[in-house]
Amino acid sequence: MGGGGAPELYQYQPGDPRLPDERSTSKILASLRAEGARGVAIAVVSTIVVFTVIVVVVVNSANWPAVKEAFFNGEIFRDTFPEIARRFLKNVQYFLIAEVFILAWALMLAVLRSLPGPVFFPLRLMSIVYTDLFRGIPTILVVYLLGFGVPSLGLPGVPTDPAFWGVLALILSYSAYVAEVYRAGIESVHPSQAAAARSLGLSRWHSLRFVVIPQAVRRVVPPLLNDFVGLQKDTALIAFIVAVPEAFKMGQIEQNTLFNFTPLLAVAVMFLVITIPLTRLVDWLLARERRRRMAGGGV
Amino acid sequence: MNATHGSVVRIEGLHKSFDKLQVLRGIDLSVEEHEVICLIGASGSGKSTLLRCVNLIEPVDAGRIFVHGEEITAIGVDVNRIRRSIGIVFQSFNLFPHMTVLRNITLAPRKALKLSAAEAQTRAVELLERFGLADKQHEYPDRLSGGQQQRVAIVRALAMQPDIMLLDEVTSALDPELVAEVLNVIKELAGGGMTMLIATHEMGFARDIASRVCFLDAGVILEEGPPEQIFTAPREERTQRFLESIIEAGRM
Repeated sequence: MGGGGAPELYQYQPGDPRLPDERSTSKILASLRAEGARGVAIAVVSTIVVFTVIVVVVVNSANWPAVKEAFFNGEIFRDTFPEIARRFLKNVQYFLIAEVFILAWALMLAVLRSLPGPVFFPLRLMSIVYTDLFRGIPTILVVYLLGFGVPSLGLPGVPTDPAFWGVLALILSYSAYVAEVYRAGIESVHPSQAAAARSLGLSRWHSLRFVVIPQAVRRVVPPLLNDFVGLQKDTALIAFIVAVPEAFKMGQIEQNTLFNFTPLLAVAVMFLVITIPLTRLVDWLLARERRRRMAGGGV
Repeated sequence: MNATHGSVVRIEGLHKSFDKLQVLRGIDLSVEEHEVICLIGASGSGKSTLLRCVNLIEPVDAGRIFVHGEEITAIGVDVNRIRRSIGIVFQSFNLFPHMTVLRNITLAPRKALKLSAAEAQTRAVELLERFGLADKQHEYPDRLSGGQQQRVAIVRALAMQPDIMLLDEVTSALDPELVAEVLNVIKELAGGGMTMLIATHEMGFARDIASRVCFLDAGVILEEGPPEQIFTAPREERTQRFLESIIEAGRM
């Protein structure tokens, strides 16, 4: 250090006015807690005020009675909801079956795409072409092509139920998206993890199966859930090809006979009843998993 | 078969480049049973690359590597089988963060050696006890200190019962106060007769533990000999300069 004035070292002096006054830690914490409680109270009150204002404005607007009659007709809702809810079981069935196959098939596509070396080039190419095609084509088009097209061929030994083809179309289409999600996950696992696994003598497959994929999947659960919610909603596309109505088709039929949109609202409610709790559940599971793994993460 | 072939590892004329950068330019080295060889040298001198080549993580460009007389750089060898007999521990631990300590250690014995879960677990718990980690077996790696993680990584490699351990600057990522616990583990291994090839910046440790020290410079072994000679009377000028710079940095 040169000749310039060296910075003066601070000497602790009890009662130094520059120091915070000597409140005990518990007092500081108590005031923080009080501030926190105050924050919550303010949030609750302001939320109630804002929503009340919105409701009052909407309900008192000139066109509200017409809107209410067409979309929020309580009587029609009560009459049509049970049947729509029953039909919704079909949608649940569609997306549960489709999701199982999507998760498996998409993972296979992603793994094929990550295979190294020139030998596997054809498999990589196939995976890329598949993803490009099915991600590029509108899902409704695939549903139409398979749902109307294939049964009309009357091929022997081929299922003729349009719902079968509709679900298959969803599987084919969504697998392309989900494969990309998996691939992003696989590529996000640091190469040193695979190197460590291989250095222990684990085969390429074992290293993928036990080390890379489990970490990759954990990381992509939120985007996977995103696609799963999308899939649930797109089961409504099967309405366009099936004879036996699922929820959306049933809602449409009711809407046409009653000249009222409330049945469609009932359909919307059914979808929300599934997707919102599912999202919260997955958030909670991820947070729990994180707490378990991380030091000091659990507060 | 150990007796008939002498050296545990024998390296002949090893060359390795990354693009245009020549990292190893003709390495010849034999590691005998129970020998502890320390590789010293500046960063970029090729120590890590040499270890990674022996474990076949990096393919070699030229030269041959033998383990117990079998050429492992030959075309068509089963790399998984070779790696099972060569343990390697990395600077950055590389534990599997989604598995408990116990699962980290038992995975390879179960899947690669086909041990039963019970056998693998017994072996793992014995090793954990030996290195004072028994109470950590159900923890996840992220909940352990760096020193504990590195000891687990060493145990994970040992669980494969390798013929040789390769240690790649295993204390370089650790806080200073955690270095000793890891070095003590290595000392204990050396005391138990484990054959080791160690890349290290810890010169004091190398002097204590090594049966032979190799000074790597620009991709060749410039000088090798017993630690007393290398550290007190190095013949090569570059070795002297390297050791001086280490002493200046207060690392010895």
